[in-house]
Amino acid sequence: MATLTAKDFKSDQLARWCPGCGDHAVLAALQRALPKVSQALGYEKERYVVVSGIGCSSRLPYYMDTYGFHSIHGRATAISTGIKVANPWLTVWQACGDGDALAIGGNHFIHAIRRNIDINIILFNNRIYGLTKGQYSPTSKFGAITKTSPYGTVEHPFEPGSLVLGAKGTFFARSLDVELALNEEIMTAAALHDGCSVMEMLTNCVIFNDGAHKDIADPAVRADRTIILRHGEKMIFGANKDKGLIYDGKKIRVVHIGEGGFTEEDILVHDAHTDNIGIHMALADMKGPDYPVALGVIRDVRDVTYDDGVRDQVKDVMLKSNIHTVDDLLHSGTTWEIK
Amino acid sequence: MEHGVIDIEDVVIRFAGDSGDGMQLTGSLFAESSAVFGNSLSTFPDYPAEIRSPHGTLAGVSGFQVHIGSTHVGTPGDFCDLLVAMNPAALKTNAQWCKRTAMVIVDSDAFDDTLMQKAGFKTQNPFEELGIEDRTIIPAPITTLTKESLSDSRMDSKAILKCKNMFTLGMACYIYGRPLDHIFEYIERKFAKKHPEVVEPNKKVLQDGFNYAAAIQAIPNTYRVNPTAAEKGTYRNITGNQAVAWGLLAASEKSGLPLFCGSYPITPATGILEELALHKSLGAKTLQAEDEIAGICTAIGAAFAGNLACTTTSGPGLSLKSEALGLAVMTELPLVVVDVQRAGPCTGIPTKTEQTDLYQALYGRSGECPMPVIAAHSPSHCFDAAFMAAKIALEHMTPVILLSEGFLGNGSEPWLIPPMSDYPEIKPPFARSFEGSCFHPFERDPETLVRKWAIPGQKGFEHRVGGLEKDHSGVLSSNPENHAVMVEERAEKVRRIASSIPALKVEGPSSGRLLVVGWGGTYGHLVSAVSQCGLKDVALAHFDYINPLPANTAEVFAAYDRILVCELNSGQFAGYLRDCLPQFKYEQLNKIKGQPFLVGEVVAAIKENIGR
Repeated sequence: MATLTAKDFKSDQLARWCPGCGDHAVLAALQRALPKVSQALGYEKERYVVVSGIGCSSRLPYYMDTYGFHSIHGRATAISTGIKVANPWLTVWQACGDGDALAIGGNHFIHAIRRNIDINIILFNNRIYGLTKGQYSPTSKFGAITKTSPYGTVEHPFEPGSLVLGAKGTFFARSLDVELALNEEIMTAAALHDGCSVMEMLTNCVIFNDGAHKDIADPAVRADRTIILRHGEKMIFGANKDKGLIYDGKKIRVVHIGEGGFTEEDILVHDAHTDNIGIHMALADMKGPDYPVALGVIRDVRDVTYDDGVRDQVKDVMLKSNIHTVDDLLHSGTTWEIK
Repeated sequence: MEHGVIDIEDVVIRFAGDSGDGMQLTGSLFAESSAVFGNSLSTFPDYPAEIRSPHGTLAGVSGFQVHIGSTHVGTPGDFCDLLVAMNPAALKTNAQWCKRTAMVIVDSDAFDDTLMQKAGFKTQNPFEELGIEDRTIIPAPITTLTKESLSDSRMDSKAILKCKNMFTLGMACYIYGRPLDHIFEYIERKFAKKHPEVVEPNKKVLQDGFNYAAAIQAIPNTYRVNPTAAEKGTYRNITGNQAVAWGLLAASEKSGLPLFCGSYPITPATGILEELALHKSLGAKTLQAEDEIAGICTAIGAAFAGNLACTTTSGPGLSLKSEALGLAVMTELPLVVVDVQRAGPCTGIPTKTEQTDLYQALYGRSGECPMPVIAAHSPSHCFDAAFMAAKIALEHMTPVILLSEGFLGNGSEPWLIPPMSDYPEIKPPFARSFEGSCFHPFERDPETLVRKWAIPGQKGFEHRVGGLEKDHSGVLSSNPENHAVMVEERAEKVRRIASSIPALKVEGPSSGRLLVVGWGGTYGHLVSAVSQCGLKDVALAHFDYINPLPANTAEVFAAYDRILVCELNSGQFAGYLRDCLPQFKYEQLNKIKGQPFLVGEVVAAIKENIGR
């Protein structure tokens, strides 16, 4: 098997996103991650299918030299589900935006997670509708002023992490568009995860929501306002690596190492594989000013997958049934002869 | 006393009761045992949408009509020879269907003041009030007799009352000379595993009902409906929904592609999904989706991945699928969409039949979005129609809408089981090679305009499809000329399917004064009406293929003085024909009552049109 490189996954189409759009970086990370995934799992390029819905980020399949399906608004998750069930051998990646996945496609999104179908969903969250030029989305902050909310929104946003974990998701990761290396790492972990993987990519929209995530993405504050979680590693963060998370018996708390009697020993170790969804919810829900925003793979647990279940049931029934052809079927049950 | 035995050609029986009385089972068992006996038959379940309406109310009446004959039977019959009414409400809602010569059996125990009031009777004589006092009325204390029959059993009184339907079935079997063996077998098969304690009681009540009918003097005669002189072979009973499912499985076998069905439950189409879910042994995968849109979208995904994909629904569900139908047209992927039509619009009357989705099937999408539309014309024909829908979809790379109807989906008839060797191969246009540097998904066969199908996993054929307009190479294009070309090619591809479907056949003289035209589930009624009207120069042209129309349609129409289009809507097929073939004048017979035609209505319309 020839070794694949990022170049093998680039199509001949020029990415038509705005200069400075966060989507470019996510695409680059995916093109770098897939060769590693292929290496690790022995996948050939023809095994990949990239699916999307509608929105800026949903143009992504055109920029990948793989099988691709640019579908309709909100329905990418249903299309991906059909592809994976029909042929579980394929490895399915999906690009969708916050409007696509959480507004018009919210139903498909939660049910794919509930079923734990083995697809990899990259959720581009820029908290705005970009392709329709600047309307608020289901992740826009309360009070966001946009073209359809000139006086501010009066509705609460979804937190994708809470939604995924509330639906008993088996894999949730979060990152910033600019964290190229981390994104490669997350995408590789998602590919290795057997089940529905949701990767929330906090992306910037330079035109309609510039600075969408600057409160945490700004290099000057990023290290102090985010924490990168890695399974088996201590939950330590901060520009000086001097802050950490502890559990005080009631909730997670931020402490300064070396202050108030806390040492590195007291800091929690991230367990992405624990069944305890409560701790993952608490981590996913963290936000400023009291907490850093969690990045990295927050949850990655094993459970039965829908596509395996469907395939195994078919195999099982095939073995047990005495109907193996349509002729058998037509003659099953009550029949009678006219002579 | 000796009863007389009278030979009759055919008989129509209507069982009616509360929706919990088991009338659907009673009717189907009577039908099935008649089928096994060798009669031709047709059934019509007529039931409310509610699972259990309040006891004894008019809204809760569930009916099942079965027509059996010693010669070919094409319809469930307009009016019945025997009405079995389990309570006053059932009598009231069904009396209108009694022939003048009909026999009416009622459970006299159920005609107490409370239930009479619930049914809205004002006097003590419901028969006179309904104007059916001249029929042969047989009041039988069915509830009491069932209780007596099971007085020695250990069943509680609720369970005992559930066996009432077996008593009536026993009576009906006696009157029409049906052997009980088949029903005994059914009871054993159905209950042996889960409820073995009810096997013997049900059999006993059935036999007691039979014996009771034999003993009472009120039943003047019994009747014999001899077996049909049917074609030799192995037969089975089949419902339309079952036949659709099996036809799709047959197409899966003939094409060598696994079947995938993504569907959301909806009356009256759910039976297809249920049936497919049973047959995983033939490799079928079913996905009960979170909604109608996910139903079709999972199917489109499965089609992209190389399966024979289908989604099944009814009118309101088809509305929800519209955008995705456009996606299937745009991506030119094979897909079978089954619409088992019901009375609309919107939720309408879910359990009643209609043909009102034709316009939706033909036109209900954004943009220029032509799709082949075909229609099934009888419960067993649903098998061939589904097979052909899949064949067209796979060989012409297009979504296809198959129109069925509640009347067909739930109705059943005996079917001479065909050997699968009689069915043609299905050969999808798989991409095997390409010229140039990469595969161009929308390059077409010059004859059929069909594109090639490359399936993910196929090395070197990586390509993208989607809802945006593209050029032949698969690259996005908003070029005006390209759009015009692609729109025309997609339409022409569908038009050219006309050369691979059968010619329109006429039943009756090949020219004459009147051509009766129909489509879909009205076939049995129209063919019966044409033969019963007693007029020599009337023929029937019944359409299974609606878009495109058979190539010889204009030629057929030209041979008749008048054309009468009969359909269960306000004239949608007539409107479509006026659009496609404006050179002809079309008369119409329409009915939108949630009920099938009566043969009598069609005969009257034929006579009226001939007389003009």
